[in-house]
Amino acid sequence: MAVRAKHQRLVLLGIALVALIGAGLLATWALRSQASYFYVPADMAANPPESDRAVRLGGMVERGSMKNAPDGVTVNFIVSDGKARIPVRFAGIRPALFVEGSGVVAEGKLGRDGIFVADNLLAKHDEKYVPREMKDMQQARKAIENTK
Amino acid sequence: MSKDNPAKAPRWALWLPLALFAGFVALVVVGLVKPKNTDIASQMVGKPLPAFTLRAAADERPGLATADFQTGKPQLLNIFASWCIPCRAEAPVLEELRRQGVTINAIAIRDHKADLAAFLGQYGNPYARIGADDVSAVQLAIGSSGVPETFVIDGKGVIRYQHIGDIRPEQIPDILRLLKEAQ
Amino acid sequence: MLPEIGLGLLWLAAALAGLQLLAGGLSLSANGGGMAGIVRPVAIVQGILAAAALGILIWLFVQTDLSVKLVAENSHSAKPLMYKIAGTWGNHEGSMLLWVTVMGLGGAFVAAVERRLPEPTMMATLAGQAFVSLGFYAFLLFASNPFARLYPAPEDGNGLNPLLQDPGLAFHPPTLYLGYVGLSIAFSFAIGALITRQVGPDFARAMRPWVLGAWIFLTVGITAGSYWAYYVLGWGGWWFWDPVENASLMPWLAATALLHSCSVLAARNALRAWTVMLGVVAFSMSMVGTFLVRSGILTSVHAFAVDPRRGGFILALLAIYIGGALLLFALRAATVTEGERFAIISREGALVFNNVMLSSILGITLIGTLYPLFTEAMGTKVSVGPPYFTPVSAMFAVPMFVVLLFGPMLRWRRDKFSRVSGVLALPLVVALIAGGWAFGAGVRHVLPLLGLALGPALVVASVLPLRGRSVLRAPLSLWGMVIAHAGIGVALFGMASDSAFTVEKLVAAKVGEVQQVGPWSIRLAEVAPIAGPNWTAMEGVLKARYDGGAEVTLRPQSRTFWAPLQTNAVSALKGRWNGQLYTVLGDETVSDKGESRWQLRLWWKPYVPLIWIGGLLVALGGGLALLSRVAQDLKRRLARAKGGHRRDEVAALVKTDAAKGDAA
Repeated sequence: MAVRAKHQRLVLLGIALVALIGAGLLATWALRSQASYFYVPADMAANPPESDRAVRLGGMVERGSMKNAPDGVTVNFIVSDGKARIPVRFAGIRPALFVEGSGVVAEGKLGRDGIFVADNLLAKHDEKYVPREMKDMQQARKAIENTK
Repeated sequence: MSKDNPAKAPRWALWLPLALFAGFVALVVVGLVKPKNTDIASQMVGKPLPAFTLRAAADERPGLATADFQTGKPQLLNIFASWCIPCRAEAPVLEELRRQGVTINAIAIRDHKADLAAFLGQYGNPYARIGADDVSAVQLAIGSSGVPETFVIDGKGVIRYQHIGDIRPEQIPDILRLLKEAQ
Repeated sequence: MLPEIGLGLLWLAAALAGLQLLAGGLSLSANGGGMAGIVRPVAIVQGILAAAALGILIWLFVQTDLSVKLVAENSHSAKPLMYKIAGTWGNHEGSMLLWVTVMGLGGAFVAAVERRLPEPTMMATLAGQAFVSLGFYAFLLFASNPFARLYPAPEDGNGLNPLLQDPGLAFHPPTLYLGYVGLSIAFSFAIGALITRQVGPDFARAMRPWVLGAWIFLTVGITAGSYWAYYVLGWGGWWFWDPVENASLMPWLAATALLHSCSVLAARNALRAWTVMLGVVAFSMSMVGTFLVRSGILTSVHAFAVDPRRGGFILALLAIYIGGALLLFALRAATVTEGERFAIISREGALVFNNVMLSSILGITLIGTLYPLFTEAMGTKVSVGPPYFTPVSAMFAVPMFVVLLFGPMLRWRRDKFSRVSGVLALPLVVALIAGGWAFGAGVRHVLPLLGLALGPALVVASVLPLRGRSVLRAPLSLWGMVIAHAGIGVALFGMASDSAFTVEKLVAAKVGEVQQVGPWSIRLAEVAPIAGPNWTAMEGVLKARYDGGAEVTLRPQSRTFWAPLQTNAVSALKGRWNGQLYTVLGDETVSDKGESRWQLRLWWKPYVPLIWIGGLLVALGGGLALLSRVAQDLKRRLARAKGGHRRDEVAALVKTDAAKGDAA
């Protein structure tokens, strides 16, 4: 009787340990494949991500590049860091402060045709909320044409 | 995380949570220390100011252009705005710097002429020149992400130091020292 | 003058916390017994002083006293009163003051009413509470003084982040804080129990109502926060696995596990060390979450403006408290004797399963939240979102829900599965019907299908423990469990519906045009400017008909706030019994021919409100359970008081008899 209880307890402990260790391993494995990497245009041009992989692209919206599509909701623009230029397409309600010459982080996937299709744009750069990546996006800043 | 039953679980298992927590602390210490470096030392430090020309933001002072910094004398470039609360706290400190003979040029960020006039009227005007940057273009180009910020520019127009946030009274000697070093 | 008084009160409260720690600690030693008497009163006064300081800060915000830096930075005279009050905690310093106030009041409450535990354990607990509070007082006084002055005072303030100007959010942080900080009491109980080696059913019974209370606030807070994100961000989602959301989810997961392990410890005197561990972990998760959000180490749409220097301070506090508690655990847990044994198929077994799964989900969430930090230390930047969190946590949530179908019906100690398998047929049939219906409706993805099948089955299964009982005479705590578990099923059904059935449409519409979204036809009647107290907006007027029915009006806005200057979309929602219509107005686009069109984003979200209804049911269940515990406790106290009274009467009677006898 006592042996059985002890045995059951060990089994329980075993299951618990397996589950917790399994959770840890599963998490690490899933993170490798599911985490979305941050790219600047130069990285993306040199080393494009697989087309079905969700990534983020950060840079400056090039002046004069923003074009509204005829459907009225899609916008095409170019994100640049001074070294490379990536065309981006976004359909949706644009965030405030999303203007040419400002910084943007686009979340989405790079299509096979080389156009980055964004599902979401983060464009706030007031002092309350700066996307972490934009703080040290110095190359991008240099790319801004100056107000001449 | 270890399971219950210390009577059966090996003793070392009880130390496991502490060990994991130590790992967490180590990780965040790295995280805390790292961004500080990138925050304070903008990569523009050591580089010349980008070329820009800004119209005058206020009637009583001229606008600001890159050439205004190439005078052979170190100057301060203050990024501010009338809608920025810490800038009000900073105003007397800048006034003190001006009194000690420092030339301070400024860029007003996303400001309106009337608001700015009221601000300068109430908190004083220590500036030699004030340029208007309505879309934060120059602000971003020189590596500033907030207001107020102050840059030490040497006589050739090269950025020597970036100060993030308002300058406190106790920091006046530091700024004066940096200006001297920039000569 | 008032701000200085507030600051003075804070210093005084901090000093009392120090005294409380000293007196409580000394009373544990053999010759310091004399100090024990002052610990409880000191704890009570400390709580009141902290609350008074918070009261003063709220008053300063209501008055818009711009000579106070915090008010100037976060408030504006043009702001409506409610947001002036909410502005008090809508910033770092104020929210930390709220934090210590809740902590102080919680400690005061424990000191005033908790009499079940042995006095040394209580002293250790109150000393522990004071020790934790002291760190946060230091943080407040040395690194985030809310009463700092600003010279010269500005003419007007800066305003509050417009995203935070929302009635739901105004009272959301305090709710969440009551939960976070309420867990500090469980933490202190765990410390007290470890120090005095008193881990047993009494400890669990004393701790349970506090955990339950904190857990209810957390549940309500998370539910409200999710609804806030849903309608304020205008993205149509209700959970983004954002660091701030994870920061509130992790303590909730730990508290849920703690609640269940507490009931094992209280009823069966098993899972002793594990329960203590969870008590430590739950509050640790509150602190870790707060730290991650406040230090600016992870950014988020919800975050306040941050200061990395403060991060170092909170990290030091974390290291001292969590590290210290875990060290104490490592040293003492081995001396906590083994609890009662039980078989795998038993109520305990099911609850252990629940605990393991909840802990796994907690681990998964924590790892995912910290992963970007880890990779950044290695030099790569990543972000982790729903594609990781949702499937990986579901892998553990689904087995947990399956066990939840029959777990509450198992007997304590040892049971046979065959005893409950007959009753289980009913929820299984429900699951099959619901799953078949969803499959027929065209749902093909595994997780939504599982959710749609399991949700209704859970609702049915959760009621089964009531079978064979008179509905009116079933104990309140049983009702609490039934409602909370049913709420999980309801919420699960809502979540699965969102991913299974939501219809979305994004168009640029001319005024007068009609759009079709699912069963709705929606006409953009007009777009007009409108002004609010501190904003102006373009307001779209949408006339919507459900399946040709009566016309309803929705008014989504694109708002521009002028203090501080910021724009954001305000969505308009229309609920029906079977779902919700969600509309957002975007920018105006003008075509080459000069035609003006407005961007509209429209969603039809069948059954989605069930997510929050389910969340509230879970909280309601918790509330009933808490009520029953408090009622039992009161009854017991009343009985004891009555007993004591009768003893006194008997004693008096004996005395008078004796006196009579003397007289005779």
